[in-house]
Amino acid sequence: MEKSSKHVKASLTNHSNYSSRNLWGGVLFGLGVVAFIDETVFHQLLHWHHFYDKSTTDIGLVSDGLFHAFSWFATIGSSFMLADLHRRQAFVIKRWIGGALLGGGTFQLYDGTIQHKLMQIHQIRYIVDITPYDVVWNITALGMIIAAYFLLKNTNIRSEEHHAFK
Amino acid sequence: MHSNNHLPEPILWLQLIAICMIAIGLYLIAMVISNRRFRKSWSIWKVFSFGIGVVFIFSASIGPFAIKAHSDFYAHMTNHLLMGMFAPILIAFASPVTLVLRVLNVKTARRVTEWMKSWPMLLLTHPLFAAFISIGGLWILYTTNLYALMQQNVLLHIFVHVHVFIASYLFTISIISFDYLPHQWSFRFRSIVLLLALAAHGILSKYLYAHPPEGVSKIDAEKGSMLMYYGGDASEILLILIFCTQWYKSTKPRVSPGTHSFV
Repeated sequence: MEKSSKHVKASLTNHSNYSSRNLWGGVLFGLGVVAFIDETVFHQLLHWHHFYDKSTTDIGLVSDGLFHAFSWFATIGSSFMLADLHRRQAFVIKRWIGGALLGGGTFQLYDGTIQHKLMQIHQIRYIVDITPYDVVWNITALGMIIAAYFLLKNTNIRSEEHHAFK
Repeated sequence: MHSNNHLPEPILWLQLIAICMIAIGLYLIAMVISNRRFRKSWSIWKVFSFGIGVVFIFSASIGPFAIKAHSDFYAHMTNHLLMGMFAPILIAFASPVTLVLRVLNVKTARRVTEWMKSWPMLLLTHPLFAAFISIGGLWILYTTNLYALMQQNVLLHIFVHVHVFIASYLFTISIISFDYLPHQWSFRFRSIVLLLALAAHGILSKYLYAHPPEGVSKIDAEKGSMLMYYGGDASEILLILIFCTQWYKSTKPRVSPGTHSFV
């Protein structure tokens, strides 16, 4: 009995200590997964995107290279961070998912607006009218960010303390 | 090597096998001496790792595959991948410095570790410096006329190969180290350098797709570029996995959960 209350107490302090690690672990994971889906589904399987588009600018190439490297690092690194949170009994699933949606949504929005449109790295698909694709792409991204906002608001440390001392 | 162009193929194979066997033999002798002196015996996985690494290095630099790479950019890139990306990880895991230190007598070993703490060695094993000479070296090789020049000059050719391996090896051990290292930088710093180096490698790969090095045809450059990009990814994943495993082990909570800090 004593052991389990100790356990709960340790778990609670861990939740507040590792709140930001839950958030950032989620952000990295979301970012990595969206980049990974982009790479495998749209580049490799559907062949909608192109490896290299003639209109690619130098800054576009740099941005693409950075995000490509970062996506591998983020996916693998955040998985290890997740394992570490479990090891410390500090995993808060809602905050982590909130982070994941925030990371994924932000990257998708960046990809859909700045990388595709402004830097012209490549388009979603090479057909006459890609407006519907662009709209769906960017609205999905915004939806993820909005969902993340509510999840993160609910799991804010302050509101968590509020629940704990109620 | 260039001067071997006229040698018949069986001789080239023999030469390759002989050199690999000598290198692996030396490693095995060192292992046997080390095992006699230390209670904890040397890992057999390190021996395998060293063996495969050595085969990668020499098959990419001498012998039949190396000669094919003179005329074929794709073959050149395959060799580059083996020598510059996979071999350094394999050799790093084999921990050659630790093995040498175990074999030497205490006095000499101490002198070696002191020498390794000198500033030139600290500079060479600094993650930023190593990233700069390895990835920067590749940018110079493929975006200037160096690639065309090295196909005509034997000495230059050897120098480039040796440089690719040594620079990549230094970079690898500065990021993930199984071996004795004079100074280990923080995980946070190393992760930033690793990220930037991987990005610079990816950017160069894609750049080559549209801007072939001098003397390379457009189709060859496209094939080579894709190999460099995706092959690079494979070794990068390996590097990141090892790096994260080392972080995970080092941050293991010891006292009680929640008292250990990040990095």
